[in-house]
Amino acid sequence: MDTPSVDWFAISPSLALLAAAGVALLGAVLVPRVAVREFGAVVCALGFAGAGVAAGLLYWKSPEATLEVAEAVSRDRFGALAQMVVAGAGLLAVGISYGQRTRRDHVGEYFALLAAAGSGMAFFVQATNLMTLFLGLEWFSICLYILCAIEIDRVSSLEAGLKYLVVGSFGSAVLLFGSALVYGATGELEFGAIASAIAEQDLVNDGLVLAGLAMLLAGLSFKASAAPFHMWTPDVYEGAPTPVTAFMSAATKAAALVLALRVLVTAFPAEEELWTVAVAVIACVSLAWGNIAALVQRNLKRMLAYSSVSHAGFMLIAVAANNELGAKALLYYLVPYSAASLGAFGVVAARERELGQRVTLDNIGGMGWERPVLGVAMWVFMLAFAGLPLTGGFVGKFYVFAAAYDAGWWWLVVAGVIATAISLYYYLAVIRSMYMRMPAELQLAPAGGSPPREALLSTTVVACMAVTVGSFFAVEPLIDLAEKAAAQLPF
Amino acid sequence: MNEWLVTALIVFPVAAALVVWLFPWSGQAAGSLALLAALVEVGIWINALTRFDFGGGLDLEQQREWFGDLGVSYHVGLYGWSLWLVGMSVVVLAASIAYAYWTGRENPRAYFGLMLFLTGAIVGVFSSQDLLVFYVFFEAMLIPLYVLVGVWGGPGRLGATITFVIYTMAGSLLMLAAIVAYGVQRGSFDFAEGGTSDNHWIFLGFVIAFAVKAPLFPLHGWLPDAYRESPAEVSAVLSGVVSKAAGFGFLAIAVRLFPEPANDLQPLVLGLATAGLVYGSILAFRAPDVRGVIAYSSLAQMSLITIGIFSLDDLGSTGAVLHMVNHGLVSAALFLLAGAVERRTATGEFARLGGMARGRPALATVLMATGIIALAVPGSSAFAGEFLILAGIFGDGWGWAVAGAIAIVLAAMYMLRLISGVLHREVGAAVPDEALDLRPAELAVIVPLVACLLALSAWPAAITEHLSF
Repeated sequence: MDTPSVDWFAISPSLALLAAAGVALLGAVLVPRVAVREFGAVVCALGFAGAGVAAGLLYWKSPEATLEVAEAVSRDRFGALAQMVVAGAGLLAVGISYGQRTRRDHVGEYFALLAAAGSGMAFFVQATNLMTLFLGLEWFSICLYILCAIEIDRVSSLEAGLKYLVVGSFGSAVLLFGSALVYGATGELEFGAIASAIAEQDLVNDGLVLAGLAMLLAGLSFKASAAPFHMWTPDVYEGAPTPVTAFMSAATKAAALVLALRVLVTAFPAEEELWTVAVAVIACVSLAWGNIAALVQRNLKRMLAYSSVSHAGFMLIAVAANNELGAKALLYYLVPYSAASLGAFGVVAARERELGQRVTLDNIGGMGWERPVLGVAMWVFMLAFAGLPLTGGFVGKFYVFAAAYDAGWWWLVVAGVIATAISLYYYLAVIRSMYMRMPAELQLAPAGGSPPREALLSTTVVACMAVTVGSFFAVEPLIDLAEKAAAQLPF
Repeated sequence: MNEWLVTALIVFPVAAALVVWLFPWSGQAAGSLALLAALVEVGIWINALTRFDFGGGLDLEQQREWFGDLGVSYHVGLYGWSLWLVGMSVVVLAASIAYAYWTGRENPRAYFGLMLFLTGAIVGVFSSQDLLVFYVFFEAMLIPLYVLVGVWGGPGRLGATITFVIYTMAGSLLMLAAIVAYGVQRGSFDFAEGGTSDNHWIFLGFVIAFAVKAPLFPLHGWLPDAYRESPAEVSAVLSGVVSKAAGFGFLAIAVRLFPEPANDLQPLVLGLATAGLVYGSILAFRAPDVRGVIAYSSLAQMSLITIGIFSLDDLGSTGAVLHMVNHGLVSAALFLLAGAVERRTATGEFARLGGMARGRPALATVLMATGIIALAVPGSSAFAGEFLILAGIFGDGWGWAVAGAIAIVLAAMYMLRLISGVLHREVGAAVPDEALDLRPAELAVIVPLVACLLALSAWPAAITEHLSF
């Protein structure tokens, strides 16, 4: 069998991160213990920055979408833009991770795994056949399983790792089984070929294809933590180290949703009557479940976990729209959402390190006045989640609604609007706790001492805030990027 | 230059807010800086007034593309009538900031920054010419208000803010859905380019949002708590200025862009507004405290303004605009006076107030003057506004006009009750003998508002003759 020609440039973002993971792993052994944290963080950050630059070049140099490496990965702007989001999220996650009290003998591996997970995601979003899809999925999932459980001194971290492993593997298995069914029915692995096989062999109503499609969708929904496949999300988000949660909530979701759109649009255009409805239903369930469950949470990480479920719902509305506007909306939405999500978990991490205990709505009382920069940043993130103006979250929601309306899904717009109204209650509860309730009034024990000043964490949070607000004012350039990327999908 | 004037009106206070926030000013410095910025803002507005061309429609226009693929642009400009709303807003905001400066607030940098930010957002609402820009400013207005009430408000502030935000946002989100439905398919959100629509549902989406903001009966549930729990100057802004965003929305969006649905549903809106007018007036008459009277009178007056706008008649709209300016100044002055009274007696309840006129001539004079203008005594600007509104609505049926006239009688009753409850009767239990008359600083804040009202009473044509719709 011939060795396929490899377009190294097409997979350079993955390779950059893979190299960083390797170097970081070597550093864990070779670098003196005192410097291993710094070394790992710098290498990991360089890896993400390199991947971001490579993805940018890839975007620039790929005006036409092509299939590379034996038609296993695609070289296109859609994937490259998603890689830029993942790389940006990774870079910010490194900033949040640096001050985390990971054990010295694990910190090198921590950064190696973070880079490896990013590498897997970068590969995953480019996948154009069922094999690479599954490979990418497992690649980053396995890294994340370990990352969740890396704080082995904490039971809840171990619990999170185990839960994610069990439920995540179940999700992967469902996806793999679905892939097998689709392959069995069509005899093809590559997405485009699957689409033509379905059209040529008249498999539109074939049971195997339909079952496979449903299982693929379920598997991807697990990763995107869309309801009803989200059961693992609150527990894992709560138990995992906060920087890992931050990275997962932004990057994993981005990768899973982007790939879901790619698979559905390229491989199953013939079934669009069916999957748009399925996605719309999943979106509505996510919106309802995520928002209602978030209302009653006191633990901030759990609340943000349910909020991320509801945002998966919003982004799935864009997928269900099944038009170019929807793809644009999804790609745009990911930017402010990821920034706000990373930033919000960054603020949680700061408070967690300050108090040495779980962060709840009660013990952030008065935090806004004590730490004005983080307070204002949290304000901005909550406004972005709630879709209020002067943050990109508003424009994102607007695009999502516009796409849904354009596709004729007016009731999805209504569902989204109702969900937003409900979500305000718990997003504003965070602001209420931070600014309107004083620790004295809540009768909390004083935190004691001055909070640890972490310049890097604060800088990261400010950077997230800049992206969240900046994406509101700079809509045109971002949408332009998204437009060129969306144009390469076969709508 | 003219092109940038409106943008300057919006951006200048926001920039000043950032300056107040970002640098470590002392409380004094932050307050004086904010006051200075608010006064400069008034100056910018006067500059805009002198440059304004009242002959045509829209003037001082500026348009820049924001996101082109959906046809959204940053489009601002002023009509003759919205210019006056902006003027009223910047004056009231300056007075409120001055009042807060005099009273002193905790965390002054945060406080004054938010007030300035609010100024920018409000001017933005009154000058937007694109639905999405309008929505952005409409929501941006809510953000500082939420904190201003929630942090610096009275003991029941948390409940008050939640009710306020949930009511307002439920309305706003309906409006967002309406905006999407209006604009996505015609590819433009511009007031002028978008053209008119005959879709009743979209019209209702807008009307409900504005009805919450105004508020109109029966969507006024947030009003009493929000007006009672806010700091006095924030209540002044809420009832004087923020409620006028609804008036702007009715006039610039609901009536203009939806002529047909506005015509079809005119009886519905007029019916609710009339109900609110009578109901609000009765509640104001029954309210046990000063702020309650002003709050419910605000419900009544906004209903009257809505009646003027939905008379769908130029005379009624002219009256509505004049009355919006009037009511903004009147209710701001009244809330600030209520604040002054509460500072001296620690209560606003009529049962424990009274007899404050004796030995306090300045308080008595200013409160009397404001109250008498508020009850629309002939010759006052409020009388001119109400008269025009009633004249406008008379053409649609004399029944509406009669209801309006009854409400004006009720207004006299509740305002006189307010005046006598505070100033006359025997000295109330909560009024200490050493309670001072209005201080020069307080006079310097409130007298300009009253002076504006007197000037308008002398020359209402300043507004009515200088309107372009």
